[in-house]
Amino acid sequence: MIDPAVFSWRFLTVWKRNLVVYKKIWKVNFLTPLFEPLFYILAFGLGFSGLIGKVHYDGVELSYTAFIAPALIATAVMWNAFFETTYASFVRMYFQKTFDGMLATPLSLEEIIIAEIAWSATKSAGAATIMLLVLGLMGFIHFPMGLLLIPMAFFGGLAFGAIGMFFTGIIPTIDMFNLPIFLFITPMFLFSGTFFPVSNLPAWAQPVALAFPLYHLAELARLFSIGTCEVAPLISIGYLTVFCVFFTYLALKAMRKRLIQ
Amino acid sequence: MNKIIEIQNLVKQFNGVSAVNGLSFSVGKGEFFGLLGPNGAGKTTTIRMLYGYSPPTSGMLRIFGMDVSTESRKIKARIGVCQQDNTLDPDLTVEQNLLVFAGYFSISKKEAAERSEELLDFFALNHKRDAKVMELSGGMVRRLILARSMINRPELLILDEPTTGLDPQSRHQVWEKLGELKKSGLTVVITTHYMEEATQLCDRLVIVDHGNILVDGSPESLIEQYAGKHIIEIEGPDQDLIEYLKNHDVEYDDLGKRLILYDPERKGMNSTIRSQYCNEKCIYRNSTLEDVFLRLTGRELRE
Repeated sequence: MIDPAVFSWRFLTVWKRNLVVYKKIWKVNFLTPLFEPLFYILAFGLGFSGLIGKVHYDGVELSYTAFIAPALIATAVMWNAFFETTYASFVRMYFQKTFDGMLATPLSLEEIIIAEIAWSATKSAGAATIMLLVLGLMGFIHFPMGLLLIPMAFFGGLAFGAIGMFFTGIIPTIDMFNLPIFLFITPMFLFSGTFFPVSNLPAWAQPVALAFPLYHLAELARLFSIGTCEVAPLISIGYLTVFCVFFTYLALKAMRKRLIQ
Repeated sequence: MNKIIEIQNLVKQFNGVSAVNGLSFSVGKGEFFGLLGPNGAGKTTTIRMLYGYSPPTSGMLRIFGMDVSTESRKIKARIGVCQQDNTLDPDLTVEQNLLVFAGYFSISKKEAAERSEELLDFFALNHKRDAKVMELSGGMVRRLILARSMINRPELLILDEPTTGLDPQSRHQVWEKLGELKKSGLTVVITTHYMEEATQLCDRLVIVDHGNILVDGSPESLIEQYAGKHIIEIEGPDQDLIEYLKNHDVEYDDLGKRLILYDPERKGMNSTIRSQYCNEKCIYRNSTLEDVFLRLTGRELRE
């Protein structure tokens, strides 16, 4: 077990450090969530929808773009959080020795790790907010319920940030992040009911998709955007909570094993 | 004397191999204390245990009377650490490095601004406050690390090789600053490979090797005791000289092409040796801490 004394609100000081750094580069960083959904909607809306027509989802007929628009937010949450706690955290930990410097202060390692995960979730929520504006203006999101996508993005960001941090704790070199991306993130990106409904998958593959956290996040995103979902939202929220707590715990254990010797 | 650091039978093992092997020493309030030793002697491991980065395998380690393994947060709030690696935050400017670091100590914004102003002045970094860390010279990087370690007004400063890799000018500037801090009564623990640095700054030092303390004392007393007042170095010594030294029981180290004679005055043979046995080149000089160090830890390369 982890000693509760290692946790305190002091972790917010590390979160603030990341905010100070981000303020210097936000002008470049916020362009991605601004333009990426536009590109996807244009590509799939103009290019694909003629081929595909309507999508049957939860007994409702949706245009293809209306089907993927909420999922785009869910995938952005995943990418933002996962990249932050893998590549970006690894650089801070390994190359910049930022964590070593912090460990000479009253901060505990656990607070640093929690702050990194919370920061990754913040980036997810920021990206989701911008996408929400873009997709909302295009009419893909119903308001005011759509505003719930922002806390949802933070919550989903915690889950993906936690598993990213776990990989950072166990991976020997930065190149090896290719492995979890290739084996875990990319399949999840494609097969989580994001670009086509899970019911289109062969029967054996459907339960696998249901185990993907992105599936549950995409479900919640559709619920808050257009009011429909296949799985009871409480199940999705419960699944993501368990996933988040489990991988936060593993991340804390892995980082302590890695850094404290 | 008021003890700031108390260490007894401190042991640190990595996968069953001892890096620190039953170390015991203490540091009093206001002392400038040196921890010297060859590479791999366990200096950095000891330093890391001091600031709670690395948990001891066994033994007692108390700072300000508190146990490092249970009260590291309280201890870390009152110490400053200058790590061997450059751990400055390259994503931040010089000034932000101080301000953000102050945040980790929960120092208020106003207080942090005042202190970083003071420290930038003291360490002569004011003109670089908006520079990126990457743009700083080696000396400025060290000064900024020092400044950062002082942001919480520490009662104990821990310096792990603070001048390694610096040019002579920068090193002397760092020494000057450390000298001023010493005068202000700050307690300091320093590790260094520069014996001149240790001689100049330390009130007291220990030389450790293979995780054990070899000697403990002031630089002057250690030099006196282990290398005498003066040393003669003789290049190209002949067999007659060696015979002579053996007959008269003079302490020396034989390096093959060079002999090092310790404390020739004590035996009163200084002038005889210098006049009769100096074939090629002879150096008569003051003994230094480096002589003590090499005598005690040997001259073979480490690692």
